[in-house]
Amino acid sequence: MKTYDLAIIGGGPAGLAAAVAAYDAGAENIVIFERDERLGGILNQCIHNGFGLTRFKESLSGPEYAARFISLVKERPIEVMTETTVLSLSRDKVLTAVNKTEGVFGVKAKAVILAMGCRERSRGALNVAGTRPAGIYSAGTAQKYVNIKGYMPGKRVVILGSGDIGLIMARRMTLEGAKVLAVCEIMPFSSGLKRNIVQCLDDFGIPLYLNHTITKIEGDKRVTGVVVSKVDGNKRPIAGTEMHFDCDTVLFSVGLIPENELTKNAGITLSPKTRGAVVTQDRETDADGIFACGNVLQVHDLVDFVSEEAELAGASAAKYLKGEAAADGKVINVTAGRNVSYVLPQKIRLSGNENVKLFFRVTGTFRNCTVTARSSGNIVASRKKKIAVPGEMETMLLTAQKLADVDGDIEVMLETEGE
Amino acid sequence: MYDVVVIGGGVTGAFVLRECVKNGLYACMLERENDVCMGQSKANSGIVHAGYDAKTGSLKAKFNVLGNKMMPKVAKELGVKFRNNGSLVVAFSEEELATIVELKARGEKNGVEGLKIISKDELIKLEPNISKRAMGALFATTGGIICPYELTIAAIGNAMDNGADLYLGFETASIKGEYGSFELTAKDGRKLTAKIVVNCSGLNGEKVANLVGDNSFTLGGRKGEYILLDRESGDLVSHTLFFTPTKKGKGILITQTVDGNILLGPTVEEVEDGETYTTSEGLSSVSSKAGEMCENVPFYNTITSFAGVRAYSDRHDFIIEESKAKKGFINCVGIESPGLTSAPAIGEYVVNELIAALLPLKGNDNFCPVRKPDCFFKNLSDEEKNEIIKNDPSYGRIVCRCEQITEGEILRALRENPKATDIDGVKRRTRAGMGRCQGGFCQPYVAELIAKELNVPLDTVTKAGAGTEILVGKTK
Repeated sequence: MKTYDLAIIGGGPAGLAAAVAAYDAGAENIVIFERDERLGGILNQCIHNGFGLTRFKESLSGPEYAARFISLVKERPIEVMTETTVLSLSRDKVLTAVNKTEGVFGVKAKAVILAMGCRERSRGALNVAGTRPAGIYSAGTAQKYVNIKGYMPGKRVVILGSGDIGLIMARRMTLEGAKVLAVCEIMPFSSGLKRNIVQCLDDFGIPLYLNHTITKIEGDKRVTGVVVSKVDGNKRPIAGTEMHFDCDTVLFSVGLIPENELTKNAGITLSPKTRGAVVTQDRETDADGIFACGNVLQVHDLVDFVSEEAELAGASAAKYLKGEAAADGKVINVTAGRNVSYVLPQKIRLSGNENVKLFFRVTGTFRNCTVTARSSGNIVASRKKKIAVPGEMETMLLTAQKLADVDGDIEVMLETEGE
Repeated sequence: MYDVVVIGGGVTGAFVLRECVKNGLYACMLERENDVCMGQSKANSGIVHAGYDAKTGSLKAKFNVLGNKMMPKVAKELGVKFRNNGSLVVAFSEEELATIVELKARGEKNGVEGLKIISKDELIKLEPNISKRAMGALFATTGGIICPYELTIAAIGNAMDNGADLYLGFETASIKGEYGSFELTAKDGRKLTAKIVVNCSGLNGEKVANLVGDNSFTLGGRKGEYILLDRESGDLVSHTLFFTPTKKGKGILITQTVDGNILLGPTVEEVEDGETYTTSEGLSSVSSKAGEMCENVPFYNTITSFAGVRAYSDRHDFIIEESKAKKGFINCVGIESPGLTSAPAIGEYVVNELIAALLPLKGNDNFCPVRKPDCFFKNLSDEEKNEIIKNDPSYGRIVCRCEQITEGEILRALRENPKATDIDGVKRRTRAGMGRCQGGFCQPYVAELIAKELNVPLDTVTKAGAGTEILVGKTK
């Protein structure tokens, strides 16, 4: 059995940043397991720009953003095993992994960082009625074909879901000569970033149908068309609103799901809301010495925030390895209240003098609102917002000073004027 | 000239073909699609029925009971996963409690062993998630589950390994000649000759029989829609749960599949042309009925939905007989449920009784009933995995992360009888793409392996044969 101080599962943006941060905070004997042939994860197929605006104050492509972190990893004595899949993980930090050269092997680590990323929800998960012909892809799969393999999955495209990958692919397919007929979104708002709606749809005259969904896929061998219907407030199609589009391709961009199969099998507690692990502010799960960060923990809007979270997890793991883990202070819960769908971290260790940044999403579009964190009726933090939308993650800083007075659970809520 | 030509590459044809070569007959299979197992054998419930359901004295009852007894051995020989999980027919009223007693008696008359009526308490012990309204059940201990395409493909592969031939894309357009010298011509002009023809062509059984002037039966199609849940929810039930049949029909079933998913369905709808599209009405009726059977069905873990069609005859029983219109032409048609269970027994009967009456069976000392099983890498121990990877490193690369399918298994599916040539063919043979991401991650890898193995450009790789190309050309 191989032994490491720190085993990082996943060599995408989260795993890379976590490895570098852990090393820089004093951890040694670090390994990254990556199932693909190269490091970088899904960034490798994101050839559009807009990455790094927050972190590097410049607009990078996905591969460029990844390259910066890959070189940081390479400058450090961090072992990287590519084309290596982790098959299992246990709570006591024993892994099995497999690759072509070493076969199946066991790994014992003193600390583990989960950085497996997420997957796309598929057509199947939605029970969309109709046939099952060629020409149906999740947006990310289409992106891989176009950007990595250099092939087009189709020429006349309807996209279901206005997640960022769908929006990016609407533009990408258009630039490659395809006609994108419509982007349909079942919700009354897009889950994508505002800038992507403007730059990927509006700039190309691609219509976005809010409150609409695909109710039927047609075609025997290849997709020949779809029926799109308007939906009511309960997301049920309204009879008589059907529109027909002749198309040969349907792309699904209907949500991302953290890939937590290893986490579940290790018996680590997951949040039903984020579908990622329940963590403390150090990004430590309820398994001692196992940390999680990036999209396997919560689906982020920007890779810049993934890196930030991964650095926090990496530094926490290094501290843990040095035995400097937070003392057993009281642990409180942080919960999502009115108009808030989730808050992360879900737990705070009240160990003293540190600020804690909360990440959360709201449940709808709100204008002129206030987000507030309360504990036992007292305001821990509060902030006014002109607008809050589900597609953009919100943050709020709880200062060490305020936290010092906190004794019970914290609830985060959003209130609109007049409430 | 072939001794026997089997028309149709479904599960019935598969076992007829296998029995032919087992008995020394020179045999081939004609399949109009570009892969075997593309019709009703592809999309059904995958149940090895006990045999209490069919009318006593019917062919369905006879072959069901025989097939059920044969299945464990057949599955073992073919290296196919099979589990004797037991079936429960659940009663929700006094009337239904009476019906299951009748079912038990009928089953016993049919020769089914291991039938017992169990109380509500016993039922809850067996199936903790059963609806609180359930009042008792008929427990058929010999019920089982199997993967229908895994079984069909393995039986055909085993027959081919023992000398049978397979012609794909062969849509039989005409059958001329007589017993002893039939000439079959495909739509594309290919011809072959055979002494005996066995019609196992499922939904097309009537059309094929018409080619020799046999108009003695008609076939109809019934569509069934299904919902499949993630393996993560695999412990919802462990047995196969049926509603008690009523005048309104059989209702749906809820079962674990042999691969650990949960399958809900099917609906029943008459269809004209073998169409297999799903409808929102159909799928919502499956979910609402599933909700009557079990508490807290985790629909959020749905990974796909699909529909299959089964052909039924106007005799409402299997038709397994030599045509009265044409000597040497044998019909195996109207093989609806319990056709999957019955297939091994039908194969034996067709060859040992019907064909043997026409041609002497020579026997075949070289017949090897054992097919080297697909390795199902993920089910092996670490030592076994390492042994395989040492011999073939391609087993060390996981391609389908959700089902943990390796490159080695995919290459094998492309190389072993009957060879896969497209994405769906690989999927049915290996399960790559059948997991929770539904091929989102692995499809490009699988497509590349196919292109490399067949030595063709990536954009000629298909989902399921010509016209289903997954890509439409290069980017700018």
